[in-house]
Amino acid sequence: MAGAAKSRADHEDGVRAMALVERKHVEERDGLLSEATAADFIALLKPRVMSLVVFTAFVGMVLAPAAPNPLLALIAILAIAVGAGAAGALNMWYDADIDAVMARTRGRPVPMGRVAPGEALAFGLVLSAFAVMTLGLMANWLAASLLAFTIFFYVVIYTMWLKRSTPQNIVIGGAAGALPPVIGWAAVTGAVTVESLVLFLIIFLWTPPHFWALALFKAGDYARAGIPMMPNVAGEAHTRRQIFAYAVPVAASGVLPSLMGFASLSYGAVAAVLGGGFVWYAWRVLRMDPQDRVMEPAKTLFAYSLVYLFAIFAALLADGLIGRLGG
Amino acid sequence: MSEHEQERIKPTQAQLKARRSRSIALALALAAFVVIVYLGSIMKLGPALFDRPM
Repeated sequence: MAGAAKSRADHEDGVRAMALVERKHVEERDGLLSEATAADFIALLKPRVMSLVVFTAFVGMVLAPAAPNPLLALIAILAIAVGAGAAGALNMWYDADIDAVMARTRGRPVPMGRVAPGEALAFGLVLSAFAVMTLGLMANWLAASLLAFTIFFYVVIYTMWLKRSTPQNIVIGGAAGALPPVIGWAAVTGAVTVESLVLFLIIFLWTPPHFWALALFKAGDYARAGIPMMPNVAGEAHTRRQIFAYAVPVAASGVLPSLMGFASLSYGAVAAVLGGGFVWYAWRVLRMDPQDRVMEPAKTLFAYSLVYLFAIFAALLADGLIGRLGG
Repeated sequence: MSEHEQERIKPTQAQLKARRSRSIALALALAAFVVIVYLGSIMKLGPALFDRPM
């Protein structure tokens, strides 16, 4: 009896071991036969988010009271961009399950099966390390630490923790997206100042109404994925009020650079008009008919918010360049 | 045909094309990184880069 039991146990162990070998063999084979192109790996970097990061970091550099070597500044921007892209790849690695059920994200390389999750993870980790090291060596270690913190905050605090657990996810998580101008400023000055924190504040306050406008007309998508966005948890009416409540400080933060003296009055006037537009579109969302399923005002606010942030930073950039050229 | 040959997998044209695309991108990225580190070092340290005690 004992001999038979031992024989069966040995057989089961053998089958288990074979299964492991076969699975490993298959996984390795899949890796070798991947159809992922370079374009799929570039898509993992979230190029559109990266472009906004590059732009805001560049504005932070231009506004900073320092004259960096142009080549070192370019390398620093590149490192910040790659760091942001790496955070995007790590986000796509972790979020592949929810990306697969959302219409907006199901075409991403990992849920499509073009890039294996492990490949996205390795890609993100390696790029993160290279980006932080390069920024540290070519700019300074304060900027590199801020970049490392941004990647950690976006991947661990936002993606792994907040996103799936609280409707305040993008309020707190927005800090990651708001840090690039601070990193750009720190890269050329070696310091974090109140002025750079104002640039942080402009993006930080802008993030919740921007994403809540999206969440209003994509509520079904977020609900299917089980993400506790504000409209799914607190309701549409509450979300509309929150959007409007944020729109006012968004507009106020836009004119702060002028009030604090590191941007001109002309910039302040442009920012006031742009901010007025933000409040107006948020007001339209607040007054939106609760029965409205097309949600045109929310879609308009979402589109305007993208234009707003770009225009505010473009105005700051123009103002900074004119100030530099004018001496 | 030997057992070893039977186990070999023949990649499809799409897989070969994808692998080539990845290889080229990786080569370009590595070359760019080398250039960046070289130029960055020259810019950051200047002639002091070669100023080392024997």
